[in-house]
Amino acid sequence: MKKIEAIIQPFKLEEVKEALKNIGIDGMTISEVRGHGRQKGHKEVYRGQEYNVDLLPKVRFDLVVANERLEEVVDAITTAARTGKIGDGKIFVYEVAEAIRIRNGDRGDSAV
Amino acid sequence: MQIPNALLLQAATDLPARLTALEAAAKSAQSAGDNAWMLTSAALVLMMTGPGLALFYGGLVRRKNVLSTMMHSFVMMALITVIWSIVGYSLVFSEGTPFIGGLKYLFLSGVGKEPNVDYAGTIPQGTFMIYQLMFAVITPALISGAYAERIKFSAMAMFTTLWIFVVYFPMAHMVWGKGGLLNAYLGGSIPTFDFAGGTVVHITSGVSALVCALYLGRRKGYPAEPIKPHSMVLSVVGACLLWVGWFGFNAGSALAASGLATSAFVATHLAAAAAALGWMGAEWLHSGKPSMLGGISGCVAGLVAITPASGFVMPMPALLIGLLAGLFCFWMVTTVKNMFQYDDTLDAFGVHGAGGTLGALLTGVFATNAINDSQINGKVLPLGLVDGHPGQILNQAIGVAIAMTLAVVGTFIILKVCDLVIGVRVNADDEEQGLDLSQHGEEGYIPEA
Repeated sequence: MKKIEAIIQPFKLEEVKEALKNIGIDGMTISEVRGHGRQKGHKEVYRGQEYNVDLLPKVRFDLVVANERLEEVVDAITTAARTGKIGDGKIFVYEVAEAIRIRNGDRGDSAV
Repeated sequence: MQIPNALLLQAATDLPARLTALEAAAKSAQSAGDNAWMLTSAALVLMMTGPGLALFYGGLVRRKNVLSTMMHSFVMMALITVIWSIVGYSLVFSEGTPFIGGLKYLFLSGVGKEPNVDYAGTIPQGTFMIYQLMFAVITPALISGAYAERIKFSAMAMFTTLWIFVVYFPMAHMVWGKGGLLNAYLGGSIPTFDFAGGTVVHITSGVSALVCALYLGRRKGYPAEPIKPHSMVLSVVGACLLWVGWFGFNAGSALAASGLATSAFVATHLAAAAAALGWMGAEWLHSGKPSMLGGISGCVAGLVAITPASGFVMPMPALLIGLLAGLFCFWMVTTVKNMFQYDDTLDAFGVHGAGGTLGALLTGVFATNAINDSQINGKVLPLGLVDGHPGQILNQAIGVAIAMTLAVVGTFIILKVCDLVIGVRVNADDEEQGLDLSQHGEEGYIPEA
């Protein structure tokens, strides 16, 4: 099993969700996060006081899939989340040691 | 045709009775109209404090201090009301010395349906009393912009209670009370014009705010760490409620549903509009973008500056006063505040102190008896510079100086007393945690609820 952690632009949330649904991925966890990579932040001014905001709002997807579905899912996310501009985000893939469904104790691929 | 003599005779004897009835009816109709407007105005001015100012200030602080900041406004609506009903109204509006009123209206005795002809002959004195109360409520709430995010709630309550006696009641009596030192219409020896509270409300609160900001010191992390408004949306809603409520504040100060109320209404609106454009324009040139915060700050600055002038000036001077206030206050809260690095957290001094001073002085320039023909010692006199009375600017300046001195000295002494008795500033941990939790044990936003 692989864990996919995708950090994307917040406005791409719905498109990525839709793309995952279309290839039959049902389970995912989504969080609102802040961060930046090579994308520069922006300047905000409140009553003349300048603030450089370098941590920008992003959305993080966490999902775990069977090994053989990895490429398909990564493709779906990449295609849906891409604008071609700096700030589109990143995808990280991890090995997962075990998955357990709390309701009935299922383990492994059948639990995800 | 011949009218029978008997009929003529009857008409002649009826006439005085009919005239009396007609006069009474006209008086009652005017009283009804004036009272309806004044009760509405009183409600509008209360709305400026809550929710207007509570939202405006609440949005500008960090989310951990939103409730405590709203409390600083809300609590005035309760606290000042009680003080006012017991003794405050009497100390401002009953006759006494030129500096403070007497105790004639203690516990509101004799303040009911009958008018007080010294102030407003067509409305019940009860209406006048409740209307004037709303000014006493908002004034200390304005100061809270300077001590937000770091004052103890207990110290705030004590400070406010003392401040309203030491600064507000004397100043309001001097300007508006019968026999007050600065009252142009009721026997003051230094006649100044302050239609709706430029000195009484905005200079006292704004200058006291600066003293509070200096005395309490900067918030932890200011100005090195970014401390941004947590919700501009709340602030916009609050500022727009202030704009609307200000019609009660200024047009209501005519104390009647009169032509003077209309001209104050118009002047108020024009000044707010011009000031919003002035501030936004200045920041557009200065930092490249006009902002929502600039727009609402500007409109409040314009409303502050037109407050003393609203019942005295023509529409075009009102526009000019607003525009100048927008530019001047923008300069105060950006350049001047940054130069000295005082933490006037929500710019109570930069907007109310500065805007109020500008407005009070410009009232001396633009006041004209073409707008306000109230008699002074039985005559309609020239009012400001435009009427050929440049000396009025000096009178206005004296009024400003008295308000400032009273605010500086009074506020400093009261802060010292509060500091000795309970300590004014929260400790560093409580400040870090936020006043909502440390002072009130609650939070404004609870994501898991």
